[in-house]
Amino acid sequence: MAGIAALVSKVVEGHHHDRDMLIQVLLDLQSGLGWLPREALVEVSRQLRVPVTRVYQVASYYKAFSFAPKGRHTIKVCLGTACHVRGAGRVVEKMETDLGIKRTETTPDLKYTLETVNCVGCCALGPMVMIDGKYHGQISSDKVSPLLAEHE
Amino acid sequence: MGDTITLKIDGQEVRARPGMTVLEAAREAGIEIPALCHHEKMTPYGACRICSVEAEMDGKTKIVASCGYPVEPGLVIRTRSPRVDRIRKTVIELVSPQANTDGDLGGDLKKLADEYGADIHRFEARLQSKSRRCTLCGLCVRYCDEVVGAHAIGFVGRGIDRHVVFFPDKASKVCASCQGCFKICPTGKIGAEADGTYFGFTIDDFLAGRL
Amino acid sequence: MQVRKQARRINSTAELEALRKSILDARDPKRSIIALCVGTGCLAYGCMDILGAFKREVAVQGLQDTVEIRATGCPGFCERGTLLTVYPQGIFYQRVKMEDVPEIISETIVKGKVIKRLLYVDPNTGEQHTREADVPFYKKQQRLLLGSNSRIDPTSIEDYLAIGGYAALAKAISQMKPEQIIEEIKRSGLRGRGGGGFPAGKKWEETRNAHGHRKYAIVNCDEGDPGAYMDRSLTEGNPHAVLEGLLIGAYAIGASEGFIYVRQEYPLACENLNIAIGQAREHGLLGDNILGSGFSFTVKVHRGAGAFVSGESSAIMSAIEGKVGEPRMKYVHTAVSGIKGQPSNLNNVETWANVPLIINKGADWFRSIGTEGSKGTKIFSLVGKVNNTGLVEIPMGMTLREIIYGIGGGILKGKRFKGVQTGGPSGGILPEQCLDTPVDFDELAKLGSMMGSGGMVVMDEDTCMVDVARYFVDFLCEESCGKCIPCREGLRVLRQILTDICEGRGKPEDIALIQEIAEVMADASLCALGTTAANPVLTTLRYFGDEYEAHIKEKRCPAKFCKNLTSYYIDPDKCSACLICLRNCPASAIVGDKGIVHWIDQGKCTKCGICFEVCPERFSAVVRISGEPTPPPPPPGTKVKREG
Repeated sequence: MAGIAALVSKVVEGHHHDRDMLIQVLLDLQSGLGWLPREALVEVSRQLRVPVTRVYQVASYYKAFSFAPKGRHTIKVCLGTACHVRGAGRVVEKMETDLGIKRTETTPDLKYTLETVNCVGCCALGPMVMIDGKYHGQISSDKVSPLLAEHE
Repeated sequence: MGDTITLKIDGQEVRARPGMTVLEAAREAGIEIPALCHHEKMTPYGACRICSVEAEMDGKTKIVASCGYPVEPGLVIRTRSPRVDRIRKTVIELVSPQANTDGDLGGDLKKLADEYGADIHRFEARLQSKSRRCTLCGLCVRYCDEVVGAHAIGFVGRGIDRHVVFFPDKASKVCASCQGCFKICPTGKIGAEADGTYFGFTIDDFLAGRL
Repeated sequence: MQVRKQARRINSTAELEALRKSILDARDPKRSIIALCVGTGCLAYGCMDILGAFKREVAVQGLQDTVEIRATGCPGFCERGTLLTVYPQGIFYQRVKMEDVPEIISETIVKGKVIKRLLYVDPNTGEQHTREADVPFYKKQQRLLLGSNSRIDPTSIEDYLAIGGYAALAKAISQMKPEQIIEEIKRSGLRGRGGGGFPAGKKWEETRNAHGHRKYAIVNCDEGDPGAYMDRSLTEGNPHAVLEGLLIGAYAIGASEGFIYVRQEYPLACENLNIAIGQAREHGLLGDNILGSGFSFTVKVHRGAGAFVSGESSAIMSAIEGKVGEPRMKYVHTAVSGIKGQPSNLNNVETWANVPLIINKGADWFRSIGTEGSKGTKIFSLVGKVNNTGLVEIPMGMTLREIIYGIGGGILKGKRFKGVQTGGPSGGILPEQCLDTPVDFDELAKLGSMMGSGGMVVMDEDTCMVDVARYFVDFLCEESCGKCIPCREGLRVLRQILTDICEGRGKPEDIALIQEIAEVMADASLCALGTTAANPVLTTLRYFGDEYEAHIKEKRCPAKFCKNLTSYYIDPDKCSACLICLRNCPASAIVGDKGIVHWIDQGKCTKCGICFEVCPERFSAVVRISGEPTPPPPPPGTKVKREG
């Protein structure tokens, strides 16, 4: 608890207590904590003097924020148009089968979180998969298992 | 800026003050334009689109939301036309599967459905979803924010997964004595699912995926 | 990384030119440069490892004074990454791998020899090309904006100054009045590259003339259209050009404060922009009294947090105010009342990047490029089922055919072209009969599509147009803000109708229903996302109506894509019993053994298509069918007829 309040203070100060920076503050907390626990959101509301309704509205509106801890590895399968027409749908399905979870879920052992994104802007190399921020291009369903094996 | 602006609404000359919206000018002149998300105490929101009217300027006609469109000299407004009526009818049909209570509408929504000949069951079977009894007009949220300043109810999510939820920590302190939003909710959801101490749909329900 | 001296503040145009001269004088034009792409596309090929290898190799061979390793932005031909160019000769190497690094140093740098293996070979003619400009992919392009990407290190302001950077800013603020700049931009015919194509000069003028105690100038780098990434490449590869354009615009409209809104998915763009802003500030190109002119301007980078609709102008401004990024009614333009109710001018990255060019070379020069109504060049992201994927910059007015076949090298694997999607979720899909259309704002709109930000996704015979329509509606169900009823509920119902059609439950009356809903959405939605949301559905209905019919009436998917209407079986005459499909089948629906012909248990098959994808091309034994029954399985234990 104290740790979270201190972190929020640091981040909020970094943005000069400027309410306009609400989204930036939440982004910093998301990357610092890996998710947005309730205490953090309440602290942000208190320290930035922004209604908690608005903090939650913003946090639940954007895809970058999560309300639950994520796995050690975050897998993002791009579903942009270029990836879609090149078979990204089959890639996600294979991921779901291999990991035993649906998109947006985290494996019970907290190893993997599976997400889909609506275009990472790497369209020439679709289907595109990002694991822990690293780009992997031209992924087809048969390349899924070896790729996952590289991220034990 | 003290001048008045003259415009025409449904063939009638209407005088308005600069800065007024078409909806305000019409209502002041006794011309009714239906709306679901509009309230004179709150900032125009433009979500229900029921107040859509035809606006003609320099020979060009377009559809505008009268609750947000500012009056202009020489503007010609038609509050009813086949195009406007079709919009209102379809909008009601589209929102009905989400807004009905046990398969029927109530209040203003019901009156509008009858007036515009909307088949409120048109998309029900196809969608096979449970009604949330909510049009997401945001009257409750905006009333709580703008009029009361309590911030006890808010929007969460986006797209087709947008919801209205109570924040129990706040709501349990302020709602019992206020109940302002209970009265303005067009579907009666809030009054039926909350009483000031109990809240049927909260931020926790949303986070747990129960909505 | 070179160690940089503390930059000296530049106080006048003369000082800027003196600095430029000193940078150029210190550079030896004969010194070798290896310009290696470290844009996002090449990152996926592992270019960072290659960059490290080059640096090590240069150190090992003691060649630091002979050759500079320059990490550059994206040259565009992403399909062929990792890309590099060796200067001063201009040798263009493609598909460079780690193992090529020592050879490039010892052969090309030390001996000046070209390594044939790494050159581009035209698959149609067999011809090898040494220089980038001769490669067919580049030959027909006019790379006014993208051309600089491979010449500079985006994190080096010296590199930008060396190619003439900030000269347009100096000219604008020392020789031109704000009104003159606006006039020049208006006369140039520059239209907004973000989607709508609104004349940029007119927008600037409206903001300049609007009353407010403070004005804002904003860069929209919330490039959300799926299948488009030109703004990413420009921002990552040449951030100072965007900044220079913004500064000129800000001076013209009278803005003292600016924002650059970058989508969350583009971390490298953010990083490079922040570096550029820091450098510009150090040099006195940002901040108080820029170049001694009295003009002051500050700029902040705002990161998005993942929301397509936040790219809409009123939504971006709400997000910059720290509120939720959803659109509001814009009957009063944001040029008059934007951020905090003050006049605010928003243009997209590519629009801003054009501004320095226009100021440097003049409106007449810019007007000489393009078509009657659309001037200049446009960058497209040419992707999907096309051979040469990447970013292409062409003069407005080039035909779709020239782009897809002349530059893109035609359709992948020799398949048949079916359609090209332009304009993202607000655009449409154009069929073969539209291929000779000259591409500009107005021509695309006439056909029911739009320019959008420049996504161009090519689709072939295997792409189902009903599925693509559903794809976009799905996308928007998630990405709409959900505020207004026509958009939110219209999309919800459209999605259900299209899903029903794709899954074989479509009814003939669905077509009229789609059209009715689409019309109301177009008429009554709150913002442009809603009013254009049905475009992909409407254009596919208009140009590919027969596919809808086949789905609805014959329960057949002509592209054999829609799962519920498609089946797979293994041709016993072609199966080599290689076990690949059997091992990869996630449903364990494939029966067979070594030497024994495989077959698919239709009861277990989930129609995921993985067997079809993994069956080696030389066998092509997995067959996809739609609208017909699967043949009976071969007798158990049937031996293979052909050895693999």
